[in-house]
Amino acid sequence: MIRGILIGILALGVAGTAYWGYQEHQEKNAVLLNAENNYQRAFHNLAYRVDLLHDKIGTTLAMNSKTSLSPSLIEVWRLTSQAHSDVGQLPLTLLPFNKTEEFLANIGNFSYQTAVRDLEKEPLSDEEYETLKTLYKQSGDIQGELRKVQSMVLKNNLRWMDVELALASGKEQTDNTIIDGFKTVEKTVTGYEESDQGATFSNLQIKDENYKNIKGKTISRNEAIKIARKYMKFDGNADVKVTENGKGSDFGFYSVAVQNKKTGQEANMDITKKAGHPLFFINNRDIKKQVVSLNEASNKAKAFLTDTGFKNMELFESSQYDNIGVFNFVTNDNGVRIYPESIKVQVALDNGDIIGMSAEEYFKTFQTTRNIEKPSISLEAAKSKINPNLKVMEDRQAIIVNDLNKEVLCYEFLGTIGNDTYRIFINAKDGAEEEVEKMKNPEETYDGVL
Amino acid sequence: MKKKLLTKYLILTLLCIIPLSLLRANAAQAFTAQVIQQGAVGDDVIELQARLNYIGFYHGKIDGVFGWGTYWALRNFQYEFGLPIDGIAGPATKAKLVKSTKYDYKNPPTAAGGNTAKTTGTNAAKPTASNTPKGFSQNDIRLMANAVHGESRGEPYIGQVAVAAVILNRVNSSSFPNTVSGVIFEPGAFTAVADGQIWLTPNETAKKAVMDAINGWDPTGEALYYFNPDTATSAWIWGRPQIKRIGKHIFCK
Repeated sequence: MIRGILIGILALGVAGTAYWGYQEHQEKNAVLLNAENNYQRAFHNLAYRVDLLHDKIGTTLAMNSKTSLSPSLIEVWRLTSQAHSDVGQLPLTLLPFNKTEEFLANIGNFSYQTAVRDLEKEPLSDEEYETLKTLYKQSGDIQGELRKVQSMVLKNNLRWMDVELALASGKEQTDNTIIDGFKTVEKTVTGYEESDQGATFSNLQIKDENYKNIKGKTISRNEAIKIARKYMKFDGNADVKVTENGKGSDFGFYSVAVQNKKTGQEANMDITKKAGHPLFFINNRDIKKQVVSLNEASNKAKAFLTDTGFKNMELFESSQYDNIGVFNFVTNDNGVRIYPESIKVQVALDNGDIIGMSAEEYFKTFQTTRNIEKPSISLEAAKSKINPNLKVMEDRQAIIVNDLNKEVLCYEFLGTIGNDTYRIFINAKDGAEEEVEKMKNPEETYDGVL
Repeated sequence: MKKKLLTKYLILTLLCIIPLSLLRANAAQAFTAQVIQQGAVGDDVIELQARLNYIGFYHGKIDGVFGWGTYWALRNFQYEFGLPIDGIAGPATKAKLVKSTKYDYKNPPTAAGGNTAKTTGTNAAKPTASNTPKGFSQNDIRLMANAVHGESRGEPYIGQVAVAAVILNRVNSSSFPNTVSGVIFEPGAFTAVADGQIWLTPNETAKKAVMDAINGWDPTGEALYYFNPDTATSAWIWGRPQIKRIGKHIFCK
């Protein structure tokens, strides 16, 4: 009797477990399929858009009228940015696929800059036409490779989930058609020397001057500690550790780590080997209730910069985040603000200590003797170029880095339209509107966020 | 018996609260001693905005954050009242404001829409907005904090700033997606996303690290990748040019 009941219960249990297992299995498959489909969509979209891209560059080549050229270039730009976002959705992060993405970004930049230009005034140069031709050929190569991968994927029912698993497990040796296919694409693109892509490409690289304007002696480890002491004000009670930069860095620097022996609190600072300039420092500690006002803190930040040898710095932005004041300073050269030369300073609002500084941008663009040209148009002429709806409140001269990555002298106007504040830069030479920036308003806090 | 105790407690707490609220009502002096400048957050800013609003210079939300709207309102006030126009609320400006406007300390305005009576008995005004760096919303910051916490919560503070900086460097790089969420959720990019650790609640340190990175602190020397040498399985990542090591992570280009 008891035996019978037991067997019955067990049988029920087994049946139940089997059913549950089956359900789980179904669910897992559904989720896997869903993820797989997302990858498939991104991949086929990518192939499709590269197809279109190639066609579109082809048609652009045949165009002569300026009115159709601009829209066509804009279309190229749109397609590259979409293709770029498709790549971002594929599990290729651990695969060397950067060159292809960079290639896409470069086509995008080129088409954008030529599209927004007034082609009536400044038509495509022969050089740019050549660039376009090269791009046409290169996008054709990529299209071919991608199509090859695509057809393999379709024919053999290859799954992206397997790619992801292969990449995650690090077993790249395993034969995987998709990975191999993308490696070939990447190889094709790497083969394109930068010179094939025309002169215009050289200045499209993201500004990275590698501190080439810095001149001075190379400092030793001990000197680095001395410099760090000047900025971070630690005493002999601290553990100091200095490490050199890794081999892959473009420039030499020391990383100084200071640890308070008693509290275990750590501060870090990077200093260039050449001339011993501070790149940044961070001193992390708990910050208590606010005692110091933001204004007082900004004065302390200013004094700190003066003490450490930065000349002509002017405060241009200040913000309070919880109990920290963050201040952005720029060089002011005889009334001209030089925006690329900016230094940020953090002040703890519980006792007014300087707890951080970032001067990377400053030293990247810093020039000891900067020749500032005189503006060739008057302030009034520049003012006439801005939107008449803007109520101008402040104006000054300033140097900014524009879209083409060049430093330009501008008239800066700060004004309002309705409740919004705008900063507008008008080129002081030709009156072009270089930049219009809407200033950020405080953001309402929603419950539970931050 | 229990009821008695309860009432006792109630009376006791009430007794404690009453003198406090009396104190509050008595402390009706204008502003604190601080000089208020753009970017500041707090009670003084609420009072400043309310006063400027009262006299018709400020039309925005009274949110306790000294933004551009408050700045221009203050400058206009200084202009109209013959004060030096600097957009900073110093002693002279504050004195003039107090003289020419009214401010109800017992019942300070709230930006939420007036339901002051409903909120807790103390009626303390609190800022209802916050400064956020240009180009980032609070939600972006929260998402980044999630990623930083999931990826590097055992790391020293600077290591967490470094992870946040790598996310931002990727956003700016042409080889990666152009948005914070695109970079974070790129398949295979971050282990914390793959194994779900990103959905742990981030602590204050992670948030602070993200803010530092957004504000321009990059301890990595513009790195785009990092890996933990003890657990990294991909041979490819070892081939990247290494910039430096912070905590357990090696940062590379």
